[in-house]
Amino acid sequence: MTPAWAQLGYLIAAVCFIVALKGLSSPKTARRGNLIGAAGALLACVIVFLASDIQHLLPILAAIAAGTAIGVLGAYRVQMTQMPQLVALFNGVGGGAAAIVAIIELTELSGGAAPVFDLIATAFTIVVGSVSFAGSVVTFLKLQELMTTRPVVFAGYPILYGLGLLAAVGFSVGLVLAPSLVFAVLLAVVGAGLGVLLVLPVGGADVPIVISLLNAFTGLTVAASGYLLENALLLVAGTLVGSAGTLLTRLMASAMGRSLINILFGALKGGSTLGATTLSDRPVKSAGPADVAILLAYAQRVIIIPGYGLAVAQAQHTLRQLVDLLQERGVQVDYAIHPVAGRMPGHMNVLLAEAQVPYEQLKEMDEIDPEFKQADVALVVGANDVVNPAAETTPGAPIYGMPILHANQARQVVFMKRSMRPGFAGIENELLYEPTTTLLFGDAKDTMSKLLAELKALTV
Amino acid sequence: MNTDPIIWLTIFVLAIFVGIAVISKVSSTLHTPLMSGANAIHGVILVGAILVAGSAQSTPILILGLVAVILASINMVGGFVVTDRMLVMFSRPKRAIEKSGRRELDK
Repeated sequence: MTPAWAQLGYLIAAVCFIVALKGLSSPKTARRGNLIGAAGALLACVIVFLASDIQHLLPILAAIAAGTAIGVLGAYRVQMTQMPQLVALFNGVGGGAAAIVAIIELTELSGGAAPVFDLIATAFTIVVGSVSFAGSVVTFLKLQELMTTRPVVFAGYPILYGLGLLAAVGFSVGLVLAPSLVFAVLLAVVGAGLGVLLVLPVGGADVPIVISLLNAFTGLTVAASGYLLENALLLVAGTLVGSAGTLLTRLMASAMGRSLINILFGALKGGSTLGATTLSDRPVKSAGPADVAILLAYAQRVIIIPGYGLAVAQAQHTLRQLVDLLQERGVQVDYAIHPVAGRMPGHMNVLLAEAQVPYEQLKEMDEIDPEFKQADVALVVGANDVVNPAAETTPGAPIYGMPILHANQARQVVFMKRSMRPGFAGIENELLYEPTTTLLFGDAKDTMSKLLAELKALTV
Repeated sequence: MNTDPIIWLTIFVLAIFVGIAVISKVSSTLHTPLMSGANAIHGVILVGAILVAGSAQSTPILILGLVAVILASINMVGGFVVTDRMLVMFSRPKRAIEKSGRRELDK
C-alpha cells in the first residue's frame, strides 16, 4: 500500500500538472507552466522510488538514463520545422509504454479471480495504447513525407475497419472472461492495425489534428493504467490530458473550419481525389526579382503570407531584412498568420519568432483578412493551401470549408514558389492563374536574397 | 484490490471537468505548445512503468518493463524539453527588442 506521505506527494504532482496546463494556455505564463509540469513529473518519479519497493534498481535507472538521453537529444536536434512529427513520436512511445504496462500487469492479475473492472481497464489500455502508437508512427511518416501525404483509401476499407473494431471488442470480452497473454497480444496487434487504418485516410493538412486526438487517446490509456496500478496520480494526469486534449482537438479543428468526423472519414465519401491529375500547363504570369522589387518598393501596403516553404528554405531571416527595408521606405508591412500556417496551429508563430520577427507584426487571420482589400501587394512566400479559393468554391476539395486568407482581394498577388507543385493538401490553386497574380519562381531563400539586393539597389 | 471503484470513478469524472476548464480559453497561437506540453504530462506513465519493472519476477517481464521505462522517459523528458524550446522562442523577440533599444540609448 502506498504510504500517506507519498499519496500527498502525488497530490502535489497532480496539482502541478493542472497549474501547468493552465499556464500553457496564456502566452505570458506558458514557459513557467511547462517548467512547473516538469517539476511535478520529477517529483512523482522521486516518490515512486522512495515509497514503493522497487527491485532491479540499476537496470531501471539505466533505462531511465537511456530514455532521457534519447528524448533530450531528439528535442534539441530537431529542426523547428520538423517539430510536429517529433511530438507525434513522443506521443506514440507514451502510448506504447502504457500498453506494455497493462500487458505486464495482466500477467500478475491472471493468477486468480481478478476484478472485472481491472480487466476491462487492461483491455482498454492495450487496445488504445496500440492505436496511439501505430497511429503516431503513420502520422510521422506522413509529416516527414516518407509516404504520400494524400488520403489513402482502398476498396473494402470500411469492411476491414469494421472487422477490426469487432475483433477488438471480441478479444476484449475474451480477455475479461479468460485473462491470458494470448488475448493481450491479439489485442495489441488489432489495436496497432486500427491505429494505422485510422490515420491512413487523413489528408496531409489534417494530420496535426489527428496527432492531437491520439494525444488525448494516450492520456486516457494512462488514466486507465492509473486505475489498474491503484495510482491516483496516473489517473488524474491521464484524465487531464484526455479531456484537455479532446477539447484542444476540437478547437484546432474549428480553427480550420473542419469537423472531426470529416477529417477522419471524409476521404471515405470519395471526391477528394480531386486535383490529383489536373496539374495543367495553363499559362501563368511570371516575373523576375527586379520587377517584384519595384512592385514592393512603390506599394503603400504590403501583406506577407508566410508558409511552410519559407521555413523549409530557412528564408525567414532574409524575409525579415526585406521587411525592415520596406518599412524604412515607409511601406506598411504586416504578416498574415493563418491558424494552420506551417504544419499545425501556432507553428508559424514559433518559426517566425525564431527569426526574431517582432510579435506585433504577426497578425492573426480574423484581424488581417479584411485588410487585403486595401493592400497593394499580397506576397505569398512558400504558402499555398491557406490562400486557395478552392476552400470556398469547390465542395469536393479536401480543404473545403477551411477558412482562407483572401489574398485574391489584394491589387496584386505575388507568389514565391519553387515550382508549380501543389501544396500539402495536394490540390491545385486557381489563384495562380488569376490575371492579378505574378509568380516568382525559385528557392525561397535564393530568390529572397536577390529580391533584397534589388530592393537595396532601388533604395540607394 | 480496488475496494471501491466509485471513488476512482469520482476522481476520473472530476478530472475530466478540470481538464476542460483549465484550457477553455487558449489562443490558436498556443495550440502547438499546449499540445506538446499535455503530451509531456502523460509521460508520467513512467511512474507506472517503474512500478511494473520494479516488481518483475521473471527476466522476460523485466525486459518488457525496461522497454516501457525507456519509452516513457523519452515521452516525458523529450516532451518537456521540446515544449520549452518552443516557448523560449516566444519570449525571445521581446528581449531582442529590449537589447536593441538599450544599444540605441548607449549611442
